[in-house]
Amino acid sequence: MNISMLLEMVADSAGDRVAVGSLTYAELLERATAGAKLAGDGFIAVDVNSEAVPIGLFSAALAGVPYIPVNYRLADEQLRAIVERAAPGTAVVDPDVVGRLAGISGLQVIDRPSFLDSIAGGEERGVAPSDPDAIAVLLFTSGTTGAPKAAVLRHSHLSSYVLGTVEFLGSSPDDAALVSVPPYHIAGIAAVLSSVYGGRRIVYLPQFTPEAWVDAARREAITHAMVVPTMLGRILDHLESSGERLPALRHLSYGGGRMPVSVVERALTLLPDTGFVNAYGLTETSSTVAILTPEDHREAMASDDPAVRARLGSVGRPLPTIELEIRHGEIWVRGEQVSGEYEGIGTTVRDDGWFPTKDGGRLDDGGYLFVDGRLDDVIVRGAENLSPGEIEDALVEHPAVAEAAVIGAADDEWGEVPVAFVVTSADVTESELQTWVRDRLRSSRVPARIEFLDELPYSETGKLLRRVLKSEL
Amino acid sequence: MELKAGSRWRSAVCDTEVVVVRAPSGAASLECGGQPMIAHDAERPEGGQVADAFSGGTQMGKRFADPETGIEVLATKGGAGSLSLDGQPLALKDAKPLPSSD
Repeated sequence: MNISMLLEMVADSAGDRVAVGSLTYAELLERATAGAKLAGDGFIAVDVNSEAVPIGLFSAALAGVPYIPVNYRLADEQLRAIVERAAPGTAVVDPDVVGRLAGISGLQVIDRPSFLDSIAGGEERGVAPSDPDAIAVLLFTSGTTGAPKAAVLRHSHLSSYVLGTVEFLGSSPDDAALVSVPPYHIAGIAAVLSSVYGGRRIVYLPQFTPEAWVDAARREAITHAMVVPTMLGRILDHLESSGERLPALRHLSYGGGRMPVSVVERALTLLPDTGFVNAYGLTETSSTVAILTPEDHREAMASDDPAVRARLGSVGRPLPTIELEIRHGEIWVRGEQVSGEYEGIGTTVRDDGWFPTKDGGRLDDGGYLFVDGRLDDVIVRGAENLSPGEIEDALVEHPAVAEAAVIGAADDEWGEVPVAFVVTSADVTESELQTWVRDRLRSSRVPARIEFLDELPYSETGKLLRRVLKSEL
Repeated sequence: MELKAGSRWRSAVCDTEVVVVRAPSGAASLECGGQPMIAHDAERPEGGQVADAFSGGTQMGKRFADPETGIEVLATKGGAGSLSLDGQPLALKDAKPLPSSD
């Protein structure tokens, strides 16, 4: 089914509830219906977070064309290359972006304030397109090599995800979600759809800083939020130093990258009344496929059993609507929300519906999933496969190490050897850290070299940029 | 009736409306209140009545399925009639609420 029907249902039943900003659900639908008339052949968004994101997403759905959010922070050349691929269509953009998109063939550019003005009168609803296999969203993923790829998410994928995970109007009218992930990240799309179908108010943070996030959470009495790992660490730092707490926050979910167990433990201690959810998923799977629930967190934290305790470092168990298997160390998933398709490349989903994620992982006896990271990042030392995550975890356990990244460096003897980059919070030497790792892991895992950096390179969505580190070798 | 995924239907005898989330494996008749449902854009005929055997009602936002044919529908509007496929009541698909991960 077309995702716009999710909004129609909520507008019918709870049209007076606030959806986003000052817009009610009824108004959101009226404006999206007006926006659909401007969408052309594709609704491209190059913008920060605002109510224009849900309006644009549903405008595109109602027009039966893809919603294509693009990272406005890209350099001009990259940005233009992506928008040229996304064209023809209409681009709704931050006013600062207008000039950067001049002269692209087939593209109509409107700045956000003008777009919002032109649809402010709304429009009577019509009939939504019914093709469930039409493309709902195209997301350009950064990729580690080569040209960016566009992940294809069809209406059937996104609506299956929402119907399988969210109860219709299951939120109370007082619930509010703080969305700080950008609109061109799958978590930003999932946040809109889940919030809408649950009838939850969306509060956007246009630009993440820990101070702004905590301010917004307190001011808006935020009950639900999703953050990426780097954000959570910084939020905790801020809460610790300011002494502020978040009494309204019932659910804080995190995902999108590797989360050190020490940060999770800190979070549970600092916010004992908040339920934590670790979500694992990919763009190609319409976001979450496995979750570590608040009960899982509490149970693991309270347990003396090392196997149960270790689950704080897992991503929990697959959703009931998802099948998940480990094949030769790789995580495979199957379910109606799984797309696995790239524009112009095709699908990597097998005929029987199974999709190889290219993430390494393992399941424990209780069915809890541990993600080792991208298989592409595996370091092959001699004939042995080393997971960078395992070595990074060992390094971060050292009291003087705040952050760690491990990559493979070419080596004449072994082919590849692990090299670590660390950010420290106290004095420690390379040989002390090498001894520390040797005491915990097999000697093949000991970094051949450890570089000390002031900070590690992350994307703004919290992904460690290993390619940047590789280029420094 | 062609119960394609994404197609929308309304009850001939009450306010119920549905969208087909998953199509059935073969030809079938989708009914509400004991009467075949009609196309979403069709006018509801006058004087129709919900049959007693199918008067349990349909609640908006609930999903209904039939494991045999594989059909799954979502109620986009509630009504007094209950849903059936070729006379067999459709079962409510219970979904365990999950903690929000978004």
